[in-house]
Amino acid sequence: MPLFDVLPLAAESSNLLAARNQMAFTLGFHIVLACVGVALPATILVANYLGLKRGDAEAMELARRWSKVMAVTFAVGAVTGTVLSFEFGLLWPEFMDRFGAAFGIAFAIEGIFFFVEAIFLAVYIYGWKRLGGWAHFWSGVPMVITGIGGATAVVSANAWMNQPQGFTLGPDGRVVDVEPLKVLLNPATGYEVPHMILAAYVVVGFLVASIYAVGMLRGRRDRLHRLGLLIPLTIGCLAIPVQLFVGDIAAREVAKDQPAKFAAMECIQETGTNQTEYVGGICTEDGVKGAIGIPGLNSFLVGWSTDTKVTGLNDVPDDEEPPAHTLLHLSFDAMVGIGTALFALALWLAFSWWRRRDFPQTPWFLRAVAVSGVASIVALWCGWIVTEVGRQPWIVYQYMRTSEAVTEADGIWFTFGLVLALYAALGTGLVLVLRAMSRRWREKGAEDVQSPYAPHTEEAR
Amino acid sequence: MSKADAAAAILWVGATFYALFGGADFGGGFWDLVAGGPERGQRPRDAIQRSLTPVWEANHVWLIFVLVILWTAFPPAFKAVMTTLYVPIALAALGIVLRGAGFAFRKSIVGLRGRRAMGATFAISSLLTPFFMGTVIGAIAAGNVPADGNGDPFSSWLQPLPLLIGAMFVATGAYLAAVFLVGDSRRTGDEEIERYFERRALGAAVVAGTFAVTGLFALHAEARYVFDRLVDQGLPLVVLSLLCGAALLPVLLRGGRRLLRPLAAGAVVAVIWGWGVAQFPYLLPESLRIDQAAAPDATMTMIFIVFAAAAVVVLPSLALLYTLAQKDLLESDH
Repeated sequence: MPLFDVLPLAAESSNLLAARNQMAFTLGFHIVLACVGVALPATILVANYLGLKRGDAEAMELARRWSKVMAVTFAVGAVTGTVLSFEFGLLWPEFMDRFGAAFGIAFAIEGIFFFVEAIFLAVYIYGWKRLGGWAHFWSGVPMVITGIGGATAVVSANAWMNQPQGFTLGPDGRVVDVEPLKVLLNPATGYEVPHMILAAYVVVGFLVASIYAVGMLRGRRDRLHRLGLLIPLTIGCLAIPVQLFVGDIAAREVAKDQPAKFAAMECIQETGTNQTEYVGGICTEDGVKGAIGIPGLNSFLVGWSTDTKVTGLNDVPDDEEPPAHTLLHLSFDAMVGIGTALFALALWLAFSWWRRRDFPQTPWFLRAVAVSGVASIVALWCGWIVTEVGRQPWIVYQYMRTSEAVTEADGIWFTFGLVLALYAALGTGLVLVLRAMSRRWREKGAEDVQSPYAPHTEEAR
Repeated sequence: MSKADAAAAILWVGATFYALFGGADFGGGFWDLVAGGPERGQRPRDAIQRSLTPVWEANHVWLIFVLVILWTAFPPAFKAVMTTLYVPIALAALGIVLRGAGFAFRKSIVGLRGRRAMGATFAISSLLTPFFMGTVIGAIAAGNVPADGNGDPFSSWLQPLPLLIGAMFVATGAYLAAVFLVGDSRRTGDEEIERYFERRALGAAVVAGTFAVTGLFALHAEARYVFDRLVDQGLPLVVLSLLCGAALLPVLLRGGRRLLRPLAAGAVVAVIWGWGVAQFPYLLPESLRIDQAAAPDATMTMIFIVFAAAAVVVLPSLALLYTLAQKDLLESDH
């Protein structure tokens, strides 16, 4: 405390950086589990449907196993999501104070979706034995709907931070009047929401498939593995072309809605027409270094004509410029690059299916699927870096700066360190638990243990 | 009743559900913690895990509900609480993470060592989380949270009353859990476990009651505003709570089933609403009134719509979940 008193400015900016790091890290962790919560239910239900409709025992077994995995990931997702709720107040109290009345509306709606999802998730996960058959299948359907509904609500809140509207500010800077529908249906909702929901299906599709691809590369080529690869991979491959289409629209809208963000992610320095599209490279004030440039393409992509004028960073006031241009640019490129590569993978699958009614059995295809899971998570993170870092220095675009929103409390670097350690343990624990489950299924293919500390469990191994 | 008052009532409804169901889940963790070694504690732990597994996540969502309603309907109060009581709140959040992860992981691993480590994590954090939440409530009741926030991060809650309320939260959760588990074992006809939790329910009732009486003295000393109204406008609810508590004893001892849960819940609900009545019209006693902290009308209308949706969609779904769980149609050992 005394040290910070001497250096009020340093304390403030240091707090801001720590708070942004902590928020970014906890959100990055949670978003992966959130994707699983949004898109895994549908994946499970597809397997469950095939199991019931065709009497397919392996599909049924996959649905059962995936639902056990979901029991664990949902629990961790629920608590890491709770942490984010606390962090809104612990890290950004001034933001919540001034804008909670508008920003919170979407979360109130999301709360209902999440509630219903948690309830039916429990019914589905624990209803395998006694509910049975189609009644059990239908008990899972609300999870799919509420997953999509919840994601819509939360992402519309983030969209509102990018394109705030539907409120009036009083003299003290607080929201004094609200138009809820305008808040929820802000200009960015239309492209951010579908982009994120599709991202969830892409991530879950390729992630689950990648696990079975690794198994097949290790020689486990039974029908269970083939089906475990094919069901989620098909979902991911169906989502990815739509995602590219929606992402393309989103980029154009960002160019219009948030020109500073767009300029940074595309490394555009000078405002003008006939802008070059840069792929890769490092952004400097003198232009891009080490990039592949395609003249005129950027203008063309933004407005279907090389005459389209695109704003450059030189026209953005210095104190409204997003930081870390290179990070933004490379994140954007990585996201687009991975998305395109996943689309190529989808074409590969489609071609093989068209010719041989099966997916390619070559090791190279399996290797591609094996890396697609991690790659799609990287793309997800890159997308969030672009949208969040690219909005800086604003927390509410052109209404409130992130530096005005941050807490005055001491010790954010300390809590950030603690959070890093805690989440490292949480992530490690999650992976270890899931791997142990998978090993157990492989070895025994049977039911697992039951009692918390029953001594016989040791023998039961 | 103004829109802001109605929104405050909704906040209290959410807090009541969380205290009852979330509180009982914490209590389950408490009994897990003190159940003894692997052999001795196996049967009670089994019973706890069976009753907790299908419902704890749904019960946890009430906390999210309370947080969201607080920051949407009363943004300045949310800021004031968060910037003053961030130490116990961060500790409670830590406990929530450890508890959820510990419980989920324990269920999914096989090795005894790993299970014990995860189980201990779950059980210890089940004790710490309600304790720190209680200190937050105690600090608010004591009027230690200034209206514009940034109150003292330590002396605001490191006082006898907040600490006592923290302990009371733990004891109340343990009491609720024990009573609910007695109900469960009477349904399944497991007499040994029934006796086991009967004894513990009585013990927890005595402890929670002692904390409550001591709490009244602390309230008198540290939270005079709340105390004065609790023994005035809030008195009927205090009496109701005492009556419920007293009526529960014979039901517990004579093997009744039907009235067990309503009476246990009634004792707790009456205290929560007694506290609400005693605080009225303040959200933060003597520093921030409900109307001062209220969001604009249109936001409140949205809150009412959401609450109506919750009543129509969430409550029946919850009823379905509890019914299925009570009919043993949901297997904890999925």
